[in-house]
Amino acid sequence: MIRLLQIEFIKLWNNRASKFLIFAYFTLILCMALIAMIRIDRPPIVFNIADQGIFNFPYIWHLNTWIASWLKLFFAIVIVSMTANEYSNKTIKQNLIDGLSKKEFLMSKFLMVISFSILSTIFVFLVSLILGLLYSDFNEISIIFSDLSYFLGYFVKLVGFFSLCLFLGLLVKRSAFALGFLILWWGIFENLIIRFSAWWLFGKEGSEKVMHFMPLEAMSNLIVEPITKFKAVKSISTQLGANLSIDYAVHWYNILIVLGWTTIFIYLSYALLKKRDL
Amino acid sequence: MNTILTVSNLTKKFGPLVAVNNLSFTIEKGNVYGILGPNGSGKSTTLGIVLNVVNRTAGEFSWFNGATTTHDALKKVGAIIERPNFYPYMTALQNLKLVCKIKEVPTAKIAEKLELVGLLDRKDSKFKTYSLGMKQRLAIASALLNDPEILILDEPTNGLDPQGIHQIREIIKKIASQGTTILLASHLLDEVEKVCSHVVILQKGVKLYAGSVDQMLASFGFFELRTSQEQNLITYLEKDVRFSSIKNEDGLITAYPKEDLSAEELNKTLYEKGIILSHLSKRKESLEEQFLTLTKNAKN
Repeated sequence: MIRLLQIEFIKLWNNRASKFLIFAYFTLILCMALIAMIRIDRPPIVFNIADQGIFNFPYIWHLNTWIASWLKLFFAIVIVSMTANEYSNKTIKQNLIDGLSKKEFLMSKFLMVISFSILSTIFVFLVSLILGLLYSDFNEISIIFSDLSYFLGYFVKLVGFFSLCLFLGLLVKRSAFALGFLILWWGIFENLIIRFSAWWLFGKEGSEKVMHFMPLEAMSNLIVEPITKFKAVKSISTQLGANLSIDYAVHWYNILIVLGWTTIFIYLSYALLKKRDL
Repeated sequence: MNTILTVSNLTKKFGPLVAVNNLSFTIEKGNVYGILGPNGSGKSTTLGIVLNVVNRTAGEFSWFNGATTTHDALKKVGAIIERPNFYPYMTALQNLKLVCKIKEVPTAKIAEKLELVGLLDRKDSKFKTYSLGMKQRLAIASALLNDPEILILDEPTNGLDPQGIHQIREIIKKIASQGTTILLASHLLDEVEKVCSHVVILQKGVKLYAGSVDQMLASFGFFELRTSQEQNLITYLEKDVRFSSIKNEDGLITAYPKEDLSAEELNKTLYEKGIILSHLSKRKESLEEQFLTLTKNAKN
């Protein structure tokens, strides 16, 4: 297993573009701390975002995992191009000839996905922990370590999304097309075709239910947007008469759905690898 | 005998096209094999199948008498298929380190192998900056990293300039002289003739011949003769039962013996008959002639 990870690491780390993207990814997560710096100090308007309670435990876990999950696109590009380039450089052929089995080839990529997701989860946790310790109004241990389920959601979300990218890279074999395909899938396939055909067939509620099972929708359901949960936004919306009752928690069935898709994507990738002549 | 590779009844179909048809042969340790055949005769497909990159339609193959799985066996094989495939953004050294990792061999031999192919001073250059000849030589170095039991080369001189072709051939000869089993696929007959002791000849996926180069045609070679007494010689040869056919091309007489006949013996006989030769040479058909005969016979 270590050997497979090392193999993938050599491929990844010697590529300047991927190294840059990975650096950019972690730097941007670090930059979340900069949000704390936003302050308007011009009386009568004195506004400091850090004082607005967005860094309060456990809200910060939700907010930061949600923000950080947008950045997953950076590593998605890395995964897609690394997989697709194996085909365009024909290095996958050479890897197999050199004695890597098809299963090992896929496993080395998947292990990289898992390790990167673990790393990212830990990193987001540490950054949020430090921010929270600096700015949170509540510092009791029991509060700090509540709602950690967002990190499980975050981790599963990354693994699921990267597995989809891995599969698309293998399927399409061209990185630009694979990324285009990803956007098409999200925009056209999931959000237009499936959503509206389900709407037409089963009505509004039925459509919601069906959408729950779509891969990208399920991934985004893992961590629901935290903006409306924020008390300032909440009070404004209550004043406007909108009664927002959104379930913000990370649900086990969403985790199961995403893990299910992950298994499907990895299995399909393996079937594809096995079937194809190179 | 030490069998390295056994292929039995291997078949590969691409849709309606049969690329490899019921092919069987074995590779024994220590010989240099050539797989010959025109373009599209199934050479690369056959190699692709035994190297685990092309799925077979039917038939079997086994490495080292089936003692290990295919991908583990491939760690003891060195192979170069058509075009050298490496990570363009990595240096030669980084690429070879990756290969070592895949083959599970220590990285200690990298410098030695780069030296062998003359690339040691360019080891820190990115692969994409290499010329085709250098890429091909790097591929050979990579294939040798594990000191393979067998080296498989598919069209190793394809697309190279004469100098590059010469360099590659020198390297192959050097490796062959060290006792490594080599399997060389090519449509360049002189290339195979120069290094191979055994051949497998394919045409349209069908095996025409497998065996040693010497026994390829049941032939005793031919004599090329020249003399001022042309008519006497022809008359004599036509009467001699040891010869099957005679050809005369502008005074160069070619005679094909039916049995094993040495040049000395023929010279002696002719001298006794009063025919003095100005030119006598005994030759074997070149691989090219034998190959053309074989493929022509197969067509008829």
